[in-house]
Amino acid sequence: MLALADLQLPTADAEIWRYSRIAELDVSAFSIQRGSLDVSGDSAVLSIDADADSTIESPDVFAEYNASHQQTVCVDVPADTTVEEPIVIEFQAEDGSATFPRTVIRLGAHATCTVIERFRSAGEAPSLTSPLLSIEAGPGAKVTYLAVNDLNEVSWQIGHQLISAGRDSSVRLSTITLGGYYTRVRTEATSKETGSEIEQVALYFAGGDQMHDFRVIQNHVAEHTSSDLLFKGAVQDHARSVYTGMISIDEGAKGTSANQTNRNLTLSEGAWAESVPNLDIRNNDVRCSHASTVGPINEEQRYYLESRGVPPEVAERLVVLGFFDEVLSRLPDGTIVDEVRDRVARKLSIGVAS
Amino acid sequence: MSVLEISGLHAEVAGNEILRGIDLTIASGEVHAVMGPNGAGKSTLSAVIMGRPGYTVTAGSVTLDGVDLLALSTWERAIAGVHLIMQYPTEVPGVSLADALGEALQHRGRDTAGLSELLKAEADRIGFEHRFLDRPLNVDLSGGEKKRNETLQLSVLQPLFAILDELDSGLDIDALRDCSRRVEELSNDAEHPLGVLAITHYSRLLNELRPDHIHILVKGQIVNSGGPELAEVLERDGYAAFIDEEDEPAESSAPSSLDDLFKM
Repeated sequence: MLALADLQLPTADAEIWRYSRIAELDVSAFSIQRGSLDVSGDSAVLSIDADADSTIESPDVFAEYNASHQQTVCVDVPADTTVEEPIVIEFQAEDGSATFPRTVIRLGAHATCTVIERFRSAGEAPSLTSPLLSIEAGPGAKVTYLAVNDLNEVSWQIGHQLISAGRDSSVRLSTITLGGYYTRVRTEATSKETGSEIEQVALYFAGGDQMHDFRVIQNHVAEHTSSDLLFKGAVQDHARSVYTGMISIDEGAKGTSANQTNRNLTLSEGAWAESVPNLDIRNNDVRCSHASTVGPINEEQRYYLESRGVPPEVAERLVVLGFFDEVLSRLPDGTIVDEVRDRVARKLSIGVAS
Repeated sequence: MSVLEISGLHAEVAGNEILRGIDLTIASGEVHAVMGPNGAGKSTLSAVIMGRPGYTVTAGSVTLDGVDLLALSTWERAIAGVHLIMQYPTEVPGVSLADALGEALQHRGRDTAGLSELLKAEADRIGFEHRFLDRPLNVDLSGGEKKRNETLQLSVLQPLFAILDELDSGLDIDALRDCSRRVEELSNDAEHPLGVLAITHYSRLLNELRPDHIHILVKGQIVNSGGPELAEVLERDGYAAFIDEEDEPAESSAPSSLDDLFKM
């Protein structure tokens, strides 16, 4: 077992850690523990605290530690099986803990399921959570996954998502990030076989001193695959966010369609958002688009609402919620949408001195 | 009976004086048209009354029943009773008409129960399809649908005064007729007649919306006021009839040569 004291942290010199807060991380403040896990759903497809899964490659040191200390939930859906009810995984990290939750979702041919995973803090003190998600979708499988980060605002999360989409499969990944002092998710979504579709949407909203950091690869290996990414974020107070995305298209991946859109609202003078979309295209027979914006609330929209008699702070709230609506409307579960809207509305510190 | 009074209004944008002393008094139930050529300051007038950012009032006043509107922020002016129908209504993605009007009514201390029924009823009156009620504000609406939507909001919010900024731009003749008729109806309301300030370049709006008073705005000043007969003069002679050639040199206050610059 790897000891936390031996963990060799990467540095922000490496491109993939650029802008990050990795230099601030003091792992000696944490001890490796197990988090509390509450899983609901069809028990026939679930194995909780399953044997350690060692077949997944570790992209970096945090994934290696995850491999060593993993607390694993496996969702194995056999071929031609539809799991009707969403599987809900509630993970809670104790104060001072370093935890390594691992969720492995494997779908056989033409299997269907939805998994919702939520990360919370047990208390008010810092913790470090380093989750790993692996999704392997078999031929014609359909999987919907939603991660909700509700950690307290002093905690760290450094996570990985590794997605592999088989022939004609459909993978929908959604992320809601409101929590964490520093929340980082690195996603490698590989369109591995012909005809696969991967959709990724994310909503993130950082306030106070929070930082949300996303590193995403849309990796097209096979021909005639599609991927669509929409990440929308907001920062307020002194918060920061980073989106760096890469559409990577292999030489053999002809007929690929890939879109990448990242839009950010900066709601306060002291807030900062970085958006870096990249393309690496090695085949000419593809359709790719990317768009990226960082900026304050649209003045015209605010003025329009104010001219109807809507006070400025309410107008701003409506515009921010409207901005996120595009993501909210693409989330899998109806109930969580209202909750997220409420929480975003409550989090807006408009009119509050910061 | 309410009165919107604009007095000696001067305003500038980015240091350029656009309005150079406007006097206008509008009472409930009256329909005033302010007409002028491009660059006369028409849109500036509506922007200044509503408090659009970027416009600076340098002199004069705008009052509503004695209340100094210029001291209020935009939303407070709306609640005080002034409504602006924009020339190009802004698209607000993800914000529904019902959400926006719900907030707008709440802050007027009005009941929002039955709002969706009211929206449907008003939509029918103005020929606005119900399916557009669920769209985010103005998103993917045609020019005519946007103006119907604006007019519907006017009906729901029931202000004391409406400023129509180029209501007739970007909409077809049917929409123009429907919107104008609704405004006309509101101005003839027995209990709460709406006062209207219609700002327009073209006289075609006046065929639908019959103003009691017409004012000709040229270079930031009202150069002529009269009854509906002024529209006929305009129709015949255009704005040339109202532009005083002798004014021209005074207009070009900007230096035209290096010599002028050194004299300043």
